[in-house]
Amino acid sequence: MTALDTATAPAARTSAGSRLASRVFLIRELGILIALLLLIAGTALTNPRFLSAQSVKDLLLGSTILAVLAVGQTIVVITRNVDLSVGSVLGLSAFATGSLFLASPGLAIPIVLVVGLALGAACGAVNGALIAAARAPALVVTLGTLYVFRGIGYSWATGRQINAADMPVGFLRLGTETVLGVPVLTLFAAAVLVGAGYYLRSYRSGRELYAIGSDPAAARLSGIPVGKRVFAAFVASGALAGLAGVLYAARFGTLDANAGLGAELNVVAAVVVGGVAIFGGSGSVYGAVIGAVLLTTIGSALPVLGIDPFWQRAAVGALILAAIGLDRALALRVGRRLRGRSSHG
Amino acid sequence: MAEWKARLRSALTSWDAVVLLAFILVAVIGALTIDGVASPRFWRFVTLEAIPIVLIALPLTLVVITGEIDLSVASMLGLTCVVLGQLWIWGVSSLPLLIGICLLLGGALGAVNGLFVTRFGLPSLAVTIGTLALYRGLAYVVLGDRAVADYPQSWTTGAIRPIPGTTIPWMILVVAGLAVAFGVVLYATPIGRGLYAMGNSAEAARFSGISVARTKFWLFVATGAMSALAGVFWTLRFASARADNGTGLELAIVAAVLLGGVSIFGGRGGLVGVIAAVALLVTLRNALQLAYVPANTLTIVTGSLLILSVVGPNVAGMLRERLRRRRARVGIADPTPTAAT
Repeated sequence: MTALDTATAPAARTSAGSRLASRVFLIRELGILIALLLLIAGTALTNPRFLSAQSVKDLLLGSTILAVLAVGQTIVVITRNVDLSVGSVLGLSAFATGSLFLASPGLAIPIVLVVGLALGAACGAVNGALIAAARAPALVVTLGTLYVFRGIGYSWATGRQINAADMPVGFLRLGTETVLGVPVLTLFAAAVLVGAGYYLRSYRSGRELYAIGSDPAAARLSGIPVGKRVFAAFVASGALAGLAGVLYAARFGTLDANAGLGAELNVVAAVVVGGVAIFGGSGSVYGAVIGAVLLTTIGSALPVLGIDPFWQRAAVGALILAAIGLDRALALRVGRRLRGRSSHG
Repeated sequence: MAEWKARLRSALTSWDAVVLLAFILVAVIGALTIDGVASPRFWRFVTLEAIPIVLIALPLTLVVITGEIDLSVASMLGLTCVVLGQLWIWGVSSLPLLIGICLLLGGALGAVNGLFVTRFGLPSLAVTIGTLALYRGLAYVVLGDRAVADYPQSWTTGAIRPIPGTTIPWMILVVAGLAVAFGVVLYATPIGRGLYAMGNSAEAARFSGISVARTKFWLFVATGAMSALAGVFWTLRFASARADNGTGLELAIVAAVLLGGVSIFGGRGGLVGVIAAVALLVTLRNALQLAYVPANTLTIVTGSLLILSVVGPNVAGMLRERLRRRRARVGIADPTPTAAT
């Protein structure tokens, strides 16, 4: 046994280990993608019209808002936190969008988008400050702001409803127009997805989010500004929920204070189905978005398959359980393989 | 004697006492300033509203103390409601039998949660978000969007019949009995003390001989059974079994448990604070309604209280720490001159 051997052996082991781990997570995302494709293929075989341009457009449009929320939620969940307030932030931002157009009908659409993003980011900053500075658990704080933001939305709306007729046609067209068969709203979601995916994968601060989620104490010791990163993650999640609110307004046109009510658990479900570990440290926005699309597709596929639509929620629940069970099995397997290697090495 | 005094002082300054005091303040101020809060009718409604929440909050408190959570409680309640309704349609007309079946069903639903969490080692937050969707979905599968509402009147009035001579529903006695039972388990048995150990460190609890997995499993079963009991009460009180009964109730109950001083990380909190928190929230909501304060204000108040309950102690702790450090610095600076003289 030479010095060279002892020096290279652990390095080789860890690189083989991380290769194995990354392959498993690739398999995990491929798995959910294959599940989605199987569902679509099976449904399309039963009724070819399921793949008609209109139906595909509806599917994409239906998943868009959930997908945007899922990207934001992933960024937070990766850091071993959770943001339950997203549904309320969406509602607030959607109503703000409507009110803005009511106040000044000629407003440019980019300005509205920026206002929605900023409003969401402000809500996210409240969450982030309470969690990062006061070191309060995210679940409790965002459960609290879920009520507070929704309550503010109710007080603001005071039972009013904003109708499609109150909004500029150009804005509503965003919700119906398509580019090469893809709805414009979905392009927004795609841009968000690619941006967040690139950031989490290739930026130092993006990688640090994973480190924080894997082991917050170790991350702090290795010099990562944990508080700052967690704060930023919540601001990002809030901003994306704000964006989702604007998209919601464009898609539905009719708005009251109830927009996005109860969305939070759907989003967390999509993220979990997409293979993001609920206790942080692993998963990707791509998986989460595929999860969001899968959850939405189940809803439209069941009636086509001749299954009572009342089964939809039950199917979603079973899917979540299957997904986390699969994650656990994979993690155990990776762990055993890695341990096996090190004991041989 | 001194020990007794110290214990009294720590009890009075505990979070339990803070919440209890807040409830009493709200009740007294409400009774003095808002028309109707002092009436027996008001307290009848408060009790009726609090009963199902307390029923579920009792076992959920124990679950959260062990560091787990159960978000599927409202879905278990809903599923029990529709199964009760469906069985009634099918001609099961014995109430004790129906209640028995419902409790067994609830226990089974809870056992599924417990199995996933303890046997497969999955995080309870994710598992119960899954069963939240699954159980609610099954409720829709059983009854669709129909409602079953033709129960015998003796059942529906029986469920909310007042204790003779008062306006308070007799169910409160059942709830009180269960609360005492849960309290005895939590405060006076090795199992109960073990729950705190588990919440602080499952590993250490396991090494000290506590069967963590088995205890947690049975806590989930108990949560399911109590949710089912709440479901039976819910069905009879509103004389209606629908698949959407109690939708969204889970977050309200979790909020009450957390406001009651139970740490979301486990290991801290108790039943007194949680019951006081339920009483506080329900009384506040009903009193404000009587005062024509819009319901959304209450939503904001609930959320703020919840945030305050976790942020307040943390910030206070940080300030105290800073103060202590400053004092320590002064303390270190002090001895030098004295040593010189």
